[in-house]
Amino acid sequence: MSQLKYALYTGCTARESTPELLSSTLAVAKKLGIELVLLDEASCCGASHLQDFDEFLAYVLNARNICYAEKHGLTMVTICNTCQINTAMTKHKLDHDAELRARVNEKLAEVGLEYKGTSEVKHFLYALVDDYGLEAISDKVTTPLSKYNIAPFYGCHNIRPSELQNESNGGENPYVPTSLDRLIEALEGNSVDYESKNKCCGFHVDLQAPETSNRLTGTALVDAIDNNADMVVTPCPLCHLNMDVKQHHAAKTMGRDVELPILHMPQMVGLALGCTEAELGLKHHVTKVAL
Amino acid sequence: MSRKETHKKVTVKAFRFNAETDYLPYYKQYELEVGADDLVLDLLNQIKWEHDGSFSYRRSCRHGICGACGIKVNGKPVLACKQNAMELLELFNNELVFEPQSKKRAMKDMIIDKKDFWDKHEAVQPFVVADIEEHPEHETAMSIAQVENILDADYCIQCGSCHYACPALEVNEDYLGPAALTAAYRFTVDPRDEAGMERLELTAQMGSGVWDCVKCFECAQACPKEINPIEKITKLHNLQFEQKVARSNVATRHAEGFVHSIKKHGILDEGHLVAYSERAAVVKHIPEALAMFKKGKIVMPWNMPKSKNLDEIQKLVEISQTNKL
Ligand code: SF4
Ligand code: SF4
Ligand code: FES
Repeated sequence: MSQLKYALYTGCTARESTPELLSSTLAVAKKLGIELVLLDEASCCGASHLQDFDEFLAYVLNARNICYAEKHGLTMVTICNTCQINTAMTKHKLDHDAELRARVNEKLAEVGLEYKGTSEVKHFLYALVDDYGLEAISDKVTTPLSKYNIAPFYGCHNIRPSELQNESNGGENPYVPTSLDRLIEALEGNSVDYESKNKCCGFHVDLQAPETSNRLTGTALVDAIDNNADMVVTPCPLCHLNMDVKQHHAAKTMGRDVELPILHMPQMVGLALGCTEAELGLKHHVTKVAL
Repeated sequence: MSRKETHKKVTVKAFRFNAETDYLPYYKQYELEVGADDLVLDLLNQIKWEHDGSFSYRRSCRHGICGACGIKVNGKPVLACKQNAMELLELFNNELVFEPQSKKRAMKDMIIDKKDFWDKHEAVQPFVVADIEEHPEHETAMSIAQVENILDADYCIQCGSCHYACPALEVNEDYLGPAALTAAYRFTVDPRDEAGMERLELTAQMGSGVWDCVKCFECAQACPKEINPIEKITKLHNLQFEQKVARSNVATRHAEGFVHSIKKHGILDEGHLVAYSERAAVVKHIPEALAMFKKGKIVMPWNMPKSKNLDEIQKLVEISQTNKL
């Protein structure tokens, strides 16, 4: 296989509240021989909130981020579902709406940039599963995860709406997603089948409606536990914040004892590939991960 | 869509419940024959006509236009008269479970009490509110741009697929939900309508309005008319700022606060955003912040990373920002 090379859009969370996501992503890429060029010029994607305040400004900023991937002539990979949907939605809009594209490019021209639409945008999960390939990953496993029942939590912004997401997620069906399950099996772990795997964690209303958020996260955690999960794995750092940092709130809302380690997708892969403790960054978790 | 198989014998499970006689719902299995072009509605008919005449479901037009036949198959919302059955068999590995849109609202089998849906619909005044002259002398013309601005929101058939797929509504009964909010958008941007501000005020309410959407895109996935309700919800958010209906509160400051962070750092200053959004109420986040700090999850202000070429970002914000709080 020729060497894979991508432009990595880290998003803000991986540089602040989930440093373990960035370190494990870089470690996994190194182990697999995937080259990642960091897009240090990129701004925040707006996280679906700036979009509520000023949709046009969000398009301009996301288009600028994509411009930098285009300058490298590389596919952009994201490591956050919400970065993925906001960037991909911008790309989709600009590729299909000539008038909007012209308005956005008029702004970008003021800083010497132009959105061309030449770079794909995909989540790192699908770069691993679809581009690198599960068999190739399987060949590199040094520490099989066979001891663990792992509950995949897909996160909304990688799977819905499928019309948009199928441009980059290998045709994943949002009602029966399989990529994370297949990745778990490729690492020789046991993937847990449970109803909540494709549901919402509620992160985006954390501030204004914490009850909603706690109940959605809590329902998923309890569902995973009731189906014998030893841990949850997610490709989204926002789901991770809700499930890891706020786990005790969710437990309280559900009236249940919950003590469930939550892994980022690259941490799980890194674990099986023999990455170091420091690279995995398990010490950054609020809910203890005892392996 | 692959149509290799033209005929199949399958066992289908259906939710059965009669609110008048049953204490609890139960599931019953039926052996059905499925042809390549059969719709879910054909299977419902088969159950009723060939197995059990008491099996109940709503349907009327059989053309995807009356919105009566919405059910869930293995949790996926479908219009029974539009959804091909073979496609579902393939997706769900030949095991189908028919359920009503909302089990807790079940009255008889697939039939639910849709009162909450209609109440919310009514609340947004889903019609053009205007003093119509009885003897107008000229037509009320709309420009092409005005019509296009309605997007596809007027294709809604009130089937409830999005409403009963919405997790925010499932845990918060006050939330208006995607269908009512889509209708609110549709009539608010209609140039003939005069109740736009009222609708924007209503949908700006905390606890029931747009700020309670969790952004899961279940509604966009569910809609059989491909309407994408969350797109209209985002438009309502923007309209509330444009029309100065948005009041300063934790949710509006949270949306607007992104601009301040982006101007200063390019990337988001997570800690500052929470403080800016919550104001004095930020104290309730202190235990969490401490737990995060101990685990190295909080970047101190003096260590905040900045995007390279920040001047570009600042310039773009300056020349592209359209709304203010
Ligand atoms: S995106 Fe919002 S309105 Fe749509 S289903 Fe999710 S919470 Fe409900
Ligand atoms: S928006 Fe779509 S799914 Fe929702 S009620 Fe209307 S037609 Fe049905
Ligand atoms: S029967 Fe009318 S929409 Fe299906």
